[in-house]
Amino acid sequence: MKLSHQQVEHIARLARLGLSAEERDKFSLQLSDILKNFEVLNELNTADVMPATHSIPLQNVFREDEEASSYSQDEVLANAPRKEENCFKVKAILE
Amino acid sequence: MRDDKLCQLTIHEAHELLGQKKLSSLELTMALLQRINEVEDKIHACVTITEDIALEQARQADEHISRGEITPLTGIPVLVKDVICTRGIRTTCSSKMLENFVPPYDATVVEKLKAQKAVILGKTNMDEFAMGSSTEHSAFFPSHNPWDVERVPGGSSGGSTAATSAGEAIYALGSDTGGSIRQPAGFCGVVGLKPTYGRVSRFGLVAFASSLDQIGPITRDVTDCALVMNVIAGHDSRDSSSVPHVVPDYTKNLNSRGRSLKGTVIGVPREYFPDNMQGEIKTALVAAINRLQELGATVDWEVSLPHTRYALAVYYILAPSEASANLARYDGVKYGFSEQNAGSVIEATEKTRQFGFGAEVKRRIMLGTYALSAGYYDAYYLKAQKVRTLIKQEFEQAFEKYDALVTPTSPTVAFKLGEKMEDPLQMYLSDVCTLPINIAGLPAISVPAGFVQNLPVGMQIIGKPFDETTLLDIAFAYEQATSWHERKPML
Repeated sequence: MKLSHQQVEHIARLARLGLSAEERDKFSLQLSDILKNFEVLNELNTADVMPATHSIPLQNVFREDEEASSYSQDEVLANAPRKEENCFKVKAILE
Repeated sequence: MRDDKLCQLTIHEAHELLGQKKLSSLELTMALLQRINEVEDKIHACVTITEDIALEQARQADEHISRGEITPLTGIPVLVKDVICTRGIRTTCSSKMLENFVPPYDATVVEKLKAQKAVILGKTNMDEFAMGSSTEHSAFFPSHNPWDVERVPGGSSGGSTAATSAGEAIYALGSDTGGSIRQPAGFCGVVGLKPTYGRVSRFGLVAFASSLDQIGPITRDVTDCALVMNVIAGHDSRDSSSVPHVVPDYTKNLNSRGRSLKGTVIGVPREYFPDNMQGEIKTALVAAINRLQELGATVDWEVSLPHTRYALAVYYILAPSEASANLARYDGVKYGFSEQNAGSVIEATEKTRQFGFGAEVKRRIMLGTYALSAGYYDAYYLKAQKVRTLIKQEFEQAFEKYDALVTPTSPTVAFKLGEKMEDPLQMYLSDVCTLPINIAGLPAISVPAGFVQNLPVGMQIIGKPFDETTLLDIAFAYEQATSWHERKPML
């Protein structure tokens, strides 16, 4: 199946990914090409097959809720592009 | 001993010299730093070189050794793929997004190496966020293959394999989501193991596809691989997908020369020798498998795993889907690149991701987001998960009959830089022999198994879940009977 420019823009919006017009054009072609390759899966009847989320059978992994040291505020904020008064700073969210 | 000989020592050789006080960790570390200095302008394997830290760690290791405190990795210099977090050392994932990110913690595997008094020389180049098969998707620079610098070292752990091959470290750590340890190990003529999913903690491994990622060793021989596994394997309460199984001594069987493989049953799945495979690779593999037979193994050449042909599609739906969720965290708020020249918080996020990520990462985020989006989830993501079950079952059935499966690691030898950059599908096909193994969560090792036009060929040995021991046994027996691993690139 061929992806339209509109579809590519829709996916980019869902992924919060800005794209240039050039990237949009390129992805529309390349992604269509890759998706075409996925059609091979339609050969298989999987109606009665359980989906696998993981390769090893682990379920309900629990551990004790033990106290442990955490990182200092300075350490946590050390990589923040913008910070103010020991907080991460973002642009205004409410209009 | 001459410096270039020092740089090509194995872990066990260096350990012996350190233990006999014929060599100090400081001497070895300085020789490797010198070697890095000499060859890096050709190989470009490293993103960060931590000379001061390495020299300090080497001095400390020497103190420990002088007190008789020595374990197999004590004082041995290592390079770590730049997707594995190192406290206080920037961890970039070869991405502009994390160019200046300095983790406040060590990955569990790094903690474990440090506990053995290992010497960390630096961090290695990779495809951005481990997405790629050549290191050409690094945001900084591509790495080059020491056997022919016009060719790629493979990827995504290409920096780690090129460095190990070129004598820039005694060994390295890599990560493998669809072949990222084994394919470049094959291209560079070194040993690379992807452990069973859950065998090695992923804590501190920057996530690409969480149900497929594993950390593993890249070494010069099979014994070294086992020595590193002895240290990094094991349960970790900080990674709930790591398993509590006991870690065996992986070196236990690796001491007798001329070991027989009598009683070992090996299957050769024909789907891993497709028509478009390079003819000389097939010839090299047939010779290698014949050698296993001569060593006593029973070989069945007529194995068929018909679902292999679906693995590429399954992988390129599941891995990008998981990646699109994992990489949602890069929003320019808590760490990493941040574009503030925007009107709204959403526009700032979109621009941060537009300018922070490279083309392949964007392509996979798009692919994954599409496969998970309303209306397409069942057709792509759910369908791929179901076929994942079928692929897993097919391997389970095969392992009722065989102790291991043997295939080429890649359908070609190392390709030229630039050759596949404009054709993502061709690049993806480079991992066609390795990615089914991640889908099924199995362990697999690539070992040097010959040369085609002076370029290394890798043999992949695939094993049952948590049976790394059998893989290492077979690989060791083969290594003892051949000398491919002793050849070094001329630089």
